Amino acid sequence: MNKSLALFLAKKLIRIATLLFAVCLISFVLVSNSPIDPVKAYVGADIALVGPEQMEQIRRYWGMDKSPAEQFINWFGALIHGDFGTSLIYRKPVLDVIAEKFLASLALMGTAWVLSGVFGFILGIIAAMKQGTWLDRLIKWYCLTLASTPVFWLGLLLLIIFSVWLQWFPIGLSVPVGVVAEEITITEKIKHLILPALTLSIVGVSNIALHTRQKLVDVLNSDFVLFAKARGEKDSAILWQHGLRNIALPALTLQFASFSELFGGAILAEQVFSYPGLGSTITQSGLRGDVPLLLGIVIFSALFVFIGNLAADTIYRLIDPRIKEGGSV
Amino acid sequence: MRDGNALWLESYPYDRMLGLNRRQRTLLLTVLAIILLGTVFFLGIFSGEDKIATNLALRNLPPSWEHPFGTDWLGRDMFIRTMKGLTLSIQIGLLAASASALISLLLGLAAATLGKWVDEIIAWLIDLFLALPHLVTLLLISFTLGGGLKGIVIGVALTHWPTLARIIRAEVLQLRSADYVQISRKLGKSRWWIATKHILPHVIPQFLVGLILLFPHAILHEASITFLGFGLSPHQPAIGIILSESMRYLSVGMWWLAFFPGLSLLIIIRTFDVLGENLKLLIDPYNAQE
Repeated sequence: MNKSLALFLAKKLIRIATLLFAVCLISFVLVSNSPIDPVKAYVGADIALVGPEQMEQIRRYWGMDKSPAEQFINWFGALIHGDFGTSLIYRKPVLDVIAEKFLASLALMGTAWVLSGVFGFILGIIAAMKQGTWLDRLIKWYCLTLASTPVFWLGLLLLIIFSVWLQWFPIGLSVPVGVVAEEITITEKIKHLILPALTLSIVGVSNIALHTRQKLVDVLNSDFVLFAKARGEKDSAILWQHGLRNIALPALTLQFASFSELFGGAILAEQVFSYPGLGSTITQSGLRGDVPLLLGIVIFSALFVFIGNLAADTIYRLIDPRIKEGGSV
Repeated sequence: MRDGNALWLESYPYDRMLGLNRRQRTLLLTVLAIILLGTVFFLGIFSGEDKIATNLALRNLPPSWEHPFGTDWLGRDMFIRTMKGLTLSIQIGLLAASASALISLLLGLAAATLGKWVDEIIAWLIDLFLALPHLVTLLLISFTLGGGLKGIVIGVALTHWPTLARIIRAEVLQLRSADYVQISRKLGKSRWWIATKHILPHVIPQFLVGLILLFPHAILHEASITFLGFGLSPHQPAIGIILSESMRYLSVGMWWLAFFPGLSLLIIIRTFDVLGENLKLLIDPYNAQE
């Protein structure tokens, strides 16, 4: 079994490596063809103070006079050695910026991930156990409507209700005005985390709830559940003994495979609440032409999604005894 | 952002409403959707510019009968602005969804008919496009094309094809092994003949339903990317722009600037979702008679 798992992981890792390389290549090509001139973006407001000769010097210093292929090789070579370049906005190494912002995003996405997973799972179970009742219909309606709801609009609604009307939470800016960044207390941070995390959790519930409901309905319609009912087992016992073990794994897999949506949602939620995470940083880097940072976060987000998918596949193989055998029939 | 797969994996038969069967209900829904769209388009295109001209006397009014969605900080009527924004967003959504569905059709057909290698390459391409969050890809493409309408349409078209392409591929694979296709081949019909006479007619319904189900996604992503500031300029007030502008005025309590435009967007998206789901069930012979 360990051997087959190792082989499976090796295959997966090779595929991920080729895909990551393609992501690097394509995003590099895309970004280099952008009409935004990185030199101008770098110089920014000081454009009047910098002469054409100096612009040319920066250009040469960055290797922008070389051919695109050469540029890519240089950039990719540095990338492999862990050098993602320097962010133009923050004037710091890109990796440092990503590490710092990712911690903030991790708190946000992690909270939302756990909350939406747990509540989605519970909602799905309730809907399936009460299949066909008004409760089931209500849950289905709620989930389907949420799936059509723009994340940022939901964020704005929460902002209006909780920050403007009830004034429970601050509006925008994760650091209060006039306070040094290091002096922010952990409670301040949590206060700024709650609304964006709530937004993401509310939206994230939908997929997992609908999926769990469908799986459990299938299980409840199976012969072994019919037999269990004939033996006189109670609904709770059926759910506990037959239902859960059949629906837990697909739900967990789905939740791991949802990293991509989670990241997308975080970009929007962070923008609404000006939360200083990776999402708002990628928006900023795109709007202000910070190419190294933009590329860095794009690659990082791909890595993030791959890790989620890999975890989903691996957990399936580790837990489900039916998939452990080599795979050939 | 939600995942496209869930829409396909599962179908949620709506319980009987109004004592109509699915065909009748779908017909009713289609008519309602067309009326809704027609109304939005009519209001968006034909209402005069004077309603959304700056009128400082009517600044910051909460919703009333006169101005159902209120007015903004320049005294512009939010109802008309929303309708104009929706019209723009719907047009972009339709364009992008059609382009994306066409890509799906071509790649799905190619994957299923042009041999193992092409299939492998397309499977890899699908993995590649699913590797990045949609919004990140959109952002990257918008950045490359310098924002604007083109960036959004191309971005949405390039990010939304994989799910439908997979479905079409599976459908074609199944058809290809069907007896009558095999016989047709043995009778000496050309590949082209089989592709256009046997396979295409079967794929068309899937394609059309796929297109309708792509539309809500397209418009949702269009609104998102515009909201972030990558899409259209403030002179083209798409729904995303209206919502992102409203953010500055929420803290002074002008909730209607965000509430109504977003709600309208939600209603449009939901209508198309329900319509697509019903059509999907309708073309499936197992469910059609319910």
